[in-house]
Amino acid sequence: MLDDFFIRALIAGLGIAIVTGPLGCFVIWRRLSYFGDTLAHSALLGVTLAYTLEFNIAISVFIISSLIALILIDLQKRTNLPGDALLGLLAHSSLAVGLVVIGFLTFIRFDIMGLLFGDILAVTTDDIFIIWIGGPLILIILKLIWKPLFASTVNYELAEAEGLNPDRAKAIFTILMAGIIAISIKMVGLLLITGMLIIPAAMARNISSSPQMMVIYSVIGGLLSVILGLLTSLEFNTASGPSIIAAALFLFILSLLKIKQSIKLKN
Amino acid sequence: MSSNQNILVKLKQAGLRINNKWLVKDVSLQIEKGKIVTLIGPNGSGKSTTAKIALGIYKKINGEANKYTNKVGYVPQKISIDWTLPLRVSDFMVLTENLKEEAINDALSLTGVLHLKDKNLGDLSGGEFQRVLLARAISKKPELLVLDEPVQGVDFTGEIALYELIKKISDELNCGILLISHDLHTVMSATDHVVCLNGHVCCSGSPIEVAKNNEYKALFGEQASQILSRYEHRHDHIHTNEGKIKKN
Repeated sequence: MLDDFFIRALIAGLGIAIVTGPLGCFVIWRRLSYFGDTLAHSALLGVTLAYTLEFNIAISVFIISSLIALILIDLQKRTNLPGDALLGLLAHSSLAVGLVVIGFLTFIRFDIMGLLFGDILAVTTDDIFIIWIGGPLILIILKLIWKPLFASTVNYELAEAEGLNPDRAKAIFTILMAGIIAISIKMVGLLLITGMLIIPAAMARNISSSPQMMVIYSVIGGLLSVILGLLTSLEFNTASGPSIIAAALFLFILSLLKIKQSIKLKN
Repeated sequence: MSSNQNILVKLKQAGLRINNKWLVKDVSLQIEKGKIVTLIGPNGSGKSTTAKIALGIYKKINGEANKYTNKVGYVPQKISIDWTLPLRVSDFMVLTENLKEEAINDALSLTGVLHLKDKNLGDLSGGEFQRVLLARAISKKPELLVLDEPVQGVDFTGEIALYELIKKISDELNCGILLISHDLHTVMSATDHVVCLNGHVCCSGSPIEVAKNNEYKALFGEQASQILSRYEHRHDHIHTNEGKIKKN
C-alpha cells in the first residue's frame, strides 16, 4: 500500500506540519490570516517565474513573496488605504498577473489544479531536501526572535519600552512566512496554505491554556492532519491539499467538543 | 561627574506633534537613580505621552530624549490583551525577560497576588490585573521604573500599600521612578520632584514649591492646594531615633 510517492509525500508533509504549527499560532495571535493569503497568492507569480527561468520553485516563490511583503510595508507607509484593502489589492493583482503570465507561457504545460490545491505526486526528493533544510532553519530563527515577537504580540509598547526591538522581530517574521509558503506550496497548494497555518492552531487554541501548550498542540494537530489527509488522499484518490485541510477541520470540530464540556463544567 | 552617572533619563525640550497637533511640548526633566519624579496634570495634558517619550516608544519627537539604561520596567496606563492568546499570569511575568521561579514568586507576593499565578490573565479583575502588571515591572529589578497610574482600580487599602511598596522599591533597588498619578496626597508624600503638565510644563519643583505655585492653583483649584498645605504642615518635623520630634 505504501508506494514510493506516498512515503515521499508523507515525509514532506510532516516536515511542513512541524513548521506551520508554531507559525500558525502567531498568524492567529497577530491576526495575520489575510496577510498569509496575500503572500500565498503572490506565490503563483513565483511559480511562473521559476518555470520561465527554469529555476527552483521554492527559491523563486520565496523571493517573490518576500518582495510582495516589502511592497506591502511600503504601501502602508505611503498611502492612507486601510491594511485589508492593500492586502486584497496585492493578493488579487498578483494572482491575476500570475495567471496572465501563465496564459503567455503556452510552451509549458501547467497543472493549474496542482498549483492551487497541491499535488503529492509532484513531490520529489529535492523537495524533501528543501523542506527538511528550510523547515528547521525557519524554526531556529523563530526560536531566536520568539521573545521580542511574542512580547510585542501581547503589547507592542511594553516590548518597545523594555528594549526588545519588536520592529526587527516583525520584519524577520514576515520573511519566515514567505519561507514556509515557499516550501509548502507544492504539497498543499497556494489556495490552502493559510488553512494549513490557521486550522491546526485554531484547534490548539480551543484546548490550550498557555502559549507553549498551544504551539505543541498545533504541531501535533498539523502532523495528524497530514497523516490522516494523505491516507484519505491515497485511499479515495482525492487531491492532497484539500484532504489535509479537511482532516485539520475534522480535528478542529473535535476540539469544539472539548470546549463545550469545559463550558458545561464552569456553569 | 558623579551626578551625571546617576541620570537615567533626560528630556530636553522634548515634545510630540501628530497631525499638526501638539500632544505635549517643551518638556525638560531628568530622572535619577533612587529618585521619584511624578507627573501631574489634568486629562489630556500629555502625562502618558511624556512617559512614552521618556521610554523611547515614539521615534519622531521634537527636542531631545535620552535614555541611559536598558533595564526598564513599564506599567502602561492602558493595556489591552488580545484574548486569542492563552496567557497565564506566570507566562505574562516572563514576557520580556526570563526570570527564575523565585523572582517571579517574590514579585507576585510583594504585590499580594501570588495566589493568582496559574490563573488566566483574562479571568482577573481590574485591580488584580493592575497588581500583576506592577509585579511584572518590578520582578526584573529594573534601573528605571515607569508607572502610569499604577494603582488604578485597586481598592483603597491596597492603594496605600502599593504606594508604600513603590517607595520601598525605589529605596531598595535604588532605581529611578517616573510616576504618573492623579492622587495628590500620594504625590506629595512620596515624591522628590513634581512636574505639573498642561500640554507643556506649567511648573515643576519639590512638592512644596509646586503647591505654592499660582499656575498650579489655577489648574487644580484651591482645594488641591489645601491638600498640599496640609502635607506641608505634616512634614515640618522629623522623627529621630529616640522617638523625639525634631523641628526642621
